[in-house]
Amino acid sequence: MSKFKKFFYSQKAAPYVFVLPFILSFALFWIYPLCSTITMSFQEIKPAGTEWVGMANFVKLTKDTVFHTAILNSFEYMILTLVLLIPFPMLFAVLMDSRLVKAKGFWKACLYVPALTSVVISGTLFRLMFSEYQTGQMNVITAALGLGTFKWLKMKATGLAALLIVACWRWTGVNMLYFISGLKAIDTALYESADIDGATAWQKFRYVTIPLLKPTTIYVLTISVYAGLAMFMEAYMLWAGPDSPNNIGLTIVGYLYKRGITKNQLGYGSAVGIVLLVIALAINIVQLILNGTFKKEED
Amino acid sequence: MKKKVLATLLSVTMIASVLAGCGGGSDTPAADSGTTATDDGAADAGASDDGAVDAGEEAPADEAAAEEEIPTSTFGDPNGTHLEMWTFVELHGQHYGNMVEKWNEQNPDRTIEITCTTYPYADMHTKLLTSLTAGTGAPDICDVEIGQFPNVIEGLDTWLVPQDDTAAPYLDTMVQARMDVYSGSDGHYYGIPYHVGATVMYYNMAVLEEAGITQEEVDAVVTWDDYAALGEKYLAAIGNEEGKYWTSVDTAGCDWLWIAMAEYGDDWTGGFDGTANVQLDSVNKMLTMQQNWVNNGLAMVSPDGHVDLEAGFQNILDHNIVSFPKAMWYMSRFTNYMPEEKGNWYIAKCPVFEAGQKCSVGIGGTGTVVTQQAVDKDLASEFLCWAKMSEEGEQLIWDNLGFDVCNTVLWNDDAFAHDDNNQYNQFFRNYPYDVLYEIKDDIGTIYTVRISPTINEQMCNVTLNDILENGVDVSEALQAAQDVVDLEQ
Repeated sequence: MSKFKKFFYSQKAAPYVFVLPFILSFALFWIYPLCSTITMSFQEIKPAGTEWVGMANFVKLTKDTVFHTAILNSFEYMILTLVLLIPFPMLFAVLMDSRLVKAKGFWKACLYVPALTSVVISGTLFRLMFSEYQTGQMNVITAALGLGTFKWLKMKATGLAALLIVACWRWTGVNMLYFISGLKAIDTALYESADIDGATAWQKFRYVTIPLLKPTTIYVLTISVYAGLAMFMEAYMLWAGPDSPNNIGLTIVGYLYKRGITKNQLGYGSAVGIVLLVIALAINIVQLILNGTFKKEED
Repeated sequence: MKKKVLATLLSVTMIASVLAGCGGGSDTPAADSGTTATDDGAADAGASDDGAVDAGEEAPADEAAAEEEIPTSTFGDPNGTHLEMWTFVELHGQHYGNMVEKWNEQNPDRTIEITCTTYPYADMHTKLLTSLTAGTGAPDICDVEIGQFPNVIEGLDTWLVPQDDTAAPYLDTMVQARMDVYSGSDGHYYGIPYHVGATVMYYNMAVLEEAGITQEEVDAVVTWDDYAALGEKYLAAIGNEEGKYWTSVDTAGCDWLWIAMAEYGDDWTGGFDGTANVQLDSVNKMLTMQQNWVNNGLAMVSPDGHVDLEAGFQNILDHNIVSFPKAMWYMSRFTNYMPEEKGNWYIAKCPVFEAGQKCSVGIGGTGTVVTQQAVDKDLASEFLCWAKMSEEGEQLIWDNLGFDVCNTVLWNDDAFAHDDNNQYNQFFRNYPYDVLYEIKDDIGTIYTVRISPTINEQMCNVTLNDILENGVDVSEALQAAQDVVDLEQ
């Protein structure tokens, strides 16, 4: 017993014991699948066994126009979500933090609730709302405004708009919470001294809030880049599957799912996954370097 | 301080992602995309066509029931051999339940207990493929939708039990083509069919009569030209009312193209050994004709892509279209989703391009397989073939599932085909089996092979939309489709 106690109280061993569950699950559910995905991307997985095919899967990807469409779609979606889901949540967060807004709890809850709903249910509802039939919610609205009806989920522009509406509806509240927690960490003394110096509200926002929110912004940017590229559920639910007219709703992960799962081409699907990993890593590393995250802390 | 904030945020996400992982199960599309089955008498719910596109399409009806439990029911003798069965349509499971009771009465020395589990469409096929690949965890008997069949048949007899011997007693009355579509590249039969899925033309006779069109005129339609002419007459009679069309053409289903191929005796897959060619004259002709119809206002593009969806049902209920070709299993959509249309619809054979051609094609379907992991392969195979191909089995399939059964002898059996207690016989103006019997020698076959999902996907996602929605030239669109298909073969 004392040995056991000694072991637990030992400053050397205890930390390892504490992180062990994480290391184990990380190794089992992250490292192992990652390694096996890399191996599988060089293989063709057949019912009777696997066969090494070298770079064949990757060569095929370079010629696969559907995959190129998927990459393009994911990029467009990612960039547009960055444009919409960083400034607006930041603005809302500042508003929530200011004295201008009444009933803050209510507004926060309103914006956050969508994140708690199941994408499956909300996606289905959105699909019905965006139905091209004249009784679809969105068509009722546009018709009432005199704009006529649209085949929402059949055209590129409206399809992307539908995806972005779902994304904004779902993630604005989450990003806003990140920014609110960032704002709480800013010392109020800074605003007070800015006031003394006669700074306007805009100047305070521009020269105090934005610079001090930078770590939060970088964090939100990083996860948004990844979330944008890895988007799957929203498109899957809006089009009721990985298929959409002219592949307007096909994303990289949607294509991975289609190849790897529905077509059971695990090797080719793995290659798609590796490409996604490389792209997401590359963008985020460049972005983090440019933002100076890897530099030594100055303050 | 910056670091501190970053660290806090990162740890929050870490916890959040761990928690998300826990609850993830309920978030995966497959797990929840709705128990298609429930009240969907329409056995081929998922199978409205033959491709991956349909994977999710059948889901909407029941998606609201997202968090519902997976329905499992056990039937038969608890002391008998236990069989596990998976399906994606609950009614299919009940069919085996009914059949197992009868089996146990007839075979007291070889009784069976069967547990039928209904999973959502995509989920079930994914689970089946995974368990077959892994070599463990597969059920004894499993329904496989025809669009998914090429994936499952990949494993041939390492995965599935050939049914040649057990099916033999029933083969002489079965539609041979339906056995062939579920056979492997080694020539063995692996799947047992429920139905033929013969395409027919559905006409809203009540509306047509209001417009002064008689049943004789509908019966007189032989070619697509006649069909279009009758459509013009109908539209003229209702004063070319806005929003009313003769028919609707599909951008998310290949049924029309299958009909065209069957009429000319083509098959774009090229069969089991051939190379796929989507640039067939028959396909080109059909698409050109449809493009003209859309331009002339004779046809509309089916809302949401084809008629087997909520928007499609609504379109039919609103009488925006008054005729369309579809497989006979679509009858159950009328009884389930459009009961108010009872007594309005008339079933006739499909028009052809040139008189004398075949006028129908078997579309959709579900083949049931016995896996090599079955505890008692012989018993499972024997029971399966009996449950799906014997007369008793076929009777239940028609009464409960509403399918055009594969046993041709029954097609003109008066007691079977003209039973006025049958809900489908009551619903339509004529006896569906009379039409089926009339076209029995004119039903073509399009194979579903390895390349089929690719063709179907390309057609439904891109080609049909390009041609019918975006006005792209038919030959150009087909060339583009061929390029994509060639990458896979």
